[in-house]
Amino acid sequence: MSDKSRLDEPTGTHTVGHEWDGIEELNTPLPRWWLWTFYACIAWAAVYVVLYPAWPMVNSATQGVLGWSSRGDLEKEMAGHTARRAPIVGAIASIPIAALPSKPELLEAAIQGGSAAFKVHCVQCHGAGGAGVVGLYPSLTDDDWLWGGDLANIETTLIHGIRNPDHDQTRLNVMPAFGRDGILDSAAINDLVSHVRVISRQEKPSAASARGAALFENNCVACHGTNGEGIRELGAPKLTDAVWLYGGSRDAIAKTIHNPRNGVMPRWNDKLDAVTIRMLAAYVHSLGGGEDAPAPVAPAAAEAAAVPDKVPANG
Amino acid sequence: MANPDVLAGSEGPLYAARKGVYPKKVDGTFRRLKWVIMAVTLAIYYGTPWIRWDRGPYAPDQAVLVDLANRRFYMFQIEIWPHEFYYVAGLLIMAGIGLFLVTSAVGRAWCGYACPQTVWTDLFQHVDRLVDGDRNAQIRLANGPWTAEKIARRAAKYAIYLAIAFWTGGAWIMYFADAPTLTRDFWAGDAAFIAYGTVAALTATTFVLGGFMREQVCIYMCPWPRIQTAMMDEKSLLVTYKDWRGEPRGSLKKALAHPGSVGDCVDCNQCVAVCPTGIDIREGPQIGCITCALCIDACDTVMAQVGRPRGLIDYCALDDVAVEKAGGTAPPVLKTLLRPRLMVYLGIWSAIGAAMLFSLGERTRLDLAVQHERSPLFVQLSDGMIRNNYTLKLRNMETRPRKVAITVSGLPGAQLWTENGSREKASQRVLMTISPDSVTRVRLFVAAPSEGPARQDFTIATIGRDGDPRGDEDTIQFDRPEAQ
Ligand code: SF4
Ligand code: SF4
Repeated sequence: MSDKSRLDEPTGTHTVGHEWDGIEELNTPLPRWWLWTFYACIAWAAVYVVLYPAWPMVNSATQGVLGWSSRGDLEKEMAGHTARRAPIVGAIASIPIAALPSKPELLEAAIQGGSAAFKVHCVQCHGAGGAGVVGLYPSLTDDDWLWGGDLANIETTLIHGIRNPDHDQTRLNVMPAFGRDGILDSAAINDLVSHVRVISRQEKPSAASARGAALFENNCVACHGTNGEGIRELGAPKLTDAVWLYGGSRDAIAKTIHNPRNGVMPRWNDKLDAVTIRMLAAYVHSLGGGEDAPAPVAPAAAEAAAVPDKVPANG
Repeated sequence: MANPDVLAGSEGPLYAARKGVYPKKVDGTFRRLKWVIMAVTLAIYYGTPWIRWDRGPYAPDQAVLVDLANRRFYMFQIEIWPHEFYYVAGLLIMAGIGLFLVTSAVGRAWCGYACPQTVWTDLFQHVDRLVDGDRNAQIRLANGPWTAEKIARRAAKYAIYLAIAFWTGGAWIMYFADAPTLTRDFWAGDAAFIAYGTVAALTATTFVLGGFMREQVCIYMCPWPRIQTAMMDEKSLLVTYKDWRGEPRGSLKKALAHPGSVGDCVDCNQCVAVCPTGIDIREGPQIGCITCALCIDACDTVMAQVGRPRGLIDYCALDDVAVEKAGGTAPPVLKTLLRPRLMVYLGIWSAIGAAMLFSLGERTRLDLAVQHERSPLFVQLSDGMIRNNYTLKLRNMETRPRKVAITVSGLPGAQLWTENGSREKASQRVLMTISPDSVTRVRLFVAAPSEGPARQDFTIATIGRDGDPRGDEDTIQFDRPEAQ
């Protein structure tokens, strides 16, 4: 304190000696409870330091006698969540996936769970909303499905993956490399492109497309069907619609015929548990392109139409 | 622990003990006003949760209820949902502007009459008088030795404090649950831990702040006195000691002996004795004054006794001080209250109030919020049409299930379906039933022909199909690939 401090007569209080433009600061004493509050805070801090982690050490901090940690809190919370989710997760696992839509609560939970799992495992290829990347990864939001878009089919695709070299139940379709392997020359491929673009209503019929139609009949109908309508059981795409995984321009189609790309997807049954896969299937189905399950078929007919496990390499 | 007195230097102590304040009983216009306001505010506080209000079978029948678990706020006929929180924000703004209005009109009237700290302090001071007697008896008791009588009186007083404090804390939680049920659960030991915790905390704070801290809260802890000075101006009415009329003060004897030599103040100290914050208003306007006007009542009584006009201490604006000092007469109070600044505050305040009332009357109980999904922005369908996806939030704020239709307009050839339907069943509108008193999330798929602008605005609307057709609509964008 400065020695300029003096007693201020009107208030009976000392000044602290500071003065700004003639205004002097009074040394008004603080209320004493303030001091006690301050001491109480110190006492509180002392207790806190004993009870909880407080002092940073080289590798961690002092533990505190309560043994509390934020990680421990998190673990407890996670365990609680798992326990709370258990009944619904169990229910999703225990019914056939095709029955999910008849249980709106389970379906909703499955979609939510699938949405979370999708963000971890699927967005890398299929994009945040399942939109895919043209020419690389299929869109999961549209209504065009190589292997079927009902819940059960999507689940099967997820479980076994696409063209998994080490797995015998994988979804497998292989289109021959007509150009690269010298089956067709480039003029023939050009004609074929014209035909395919005619049946997908992107071009008007021409002489080239007429020649292409004959080539199509000899080389393509086995997989793509007489009119290019595709064959699901073989995973052969429909060629008459507006959705093209590898692009529908002349150039893109020619490239595909010359050297098909035959993309792959991992099989998820060795990475994810069955319920997560089921939830993923429900989520993918809900993206807008999901199909209704086919009407149940008689066992005999079902056997006849059974999906072949493996399709010959140049089928 | 350090002794605070050791810290005291030659310039005076660093820390000062609280000086006891023992306000004397007083009667008068403002005291009676304070009684009324105290009775009304306490009645509102303690009583409101017990008012019942019939809202039908599925909604609580408590008139005022903050239902945190279900995120609803009920206030008589009005029900506020979380997304309508702007009504609460509006109320807070109105409260703020209301404070501007009152403060610039009559200074810290909020502090003096309606502030909870003031109301409960006042209540506790009445308890003091009830148990210990009036000012002099209280002082005598406080300074006296700890006799059996003092111990008994103190015990009785603190017991009453505690009862009031507990009741206060208990009333608070009634706003957050059904009051009769909660009361039963509370005493049966079945209430939530948070309920007991809240009651304990509020009991403790009421006991300490109302029973012991009192004016210390107003002077040291509350930020309002610091801010309020900025809201006042030279025309604000403040409790003022009219020194030009009162000084030099002198006893009645002196006044009789030498008429004309002294002012009107007879130096009886009644104004100091009644002041709940323990200040001397004759030292001029100061931070400790909460404008409660009890000193006006006290001095008016004295003036009546000595046969002088009332108003030696009175509500008076700084501008009037100058006028009266110069010997003029202050303009009537009404004129002070009708000045432009107050009119502007009043205008803004009532405009907000009117706008809120209007929108309350207009708001629909079937609310729609639409969000356009961005990833992907659009989907190419195999038949050439383009699909956009939207997430709809349908709020049914009534306590009955509602049948609604979702329709679109401004998008020719549009087909709609939801995740519960499929493309095969798509049509011009989606019919659905939404559960009562809840928010339903729906993914709406809208497909439209690919011919059209790359970005097109259209409208999605909900329509009630069961009595009240009023719904809501939202304009949103439909995206298509850019034409090649
Ligand atoms: S000075 Fe008068 S108005 Fe101010 S707080 Fe004291 S009694 Fe109330
Ligand atoms: S009550 Fe009035 S007369 Fe008495 S001391 Fe206060 S101002 Fe003076």
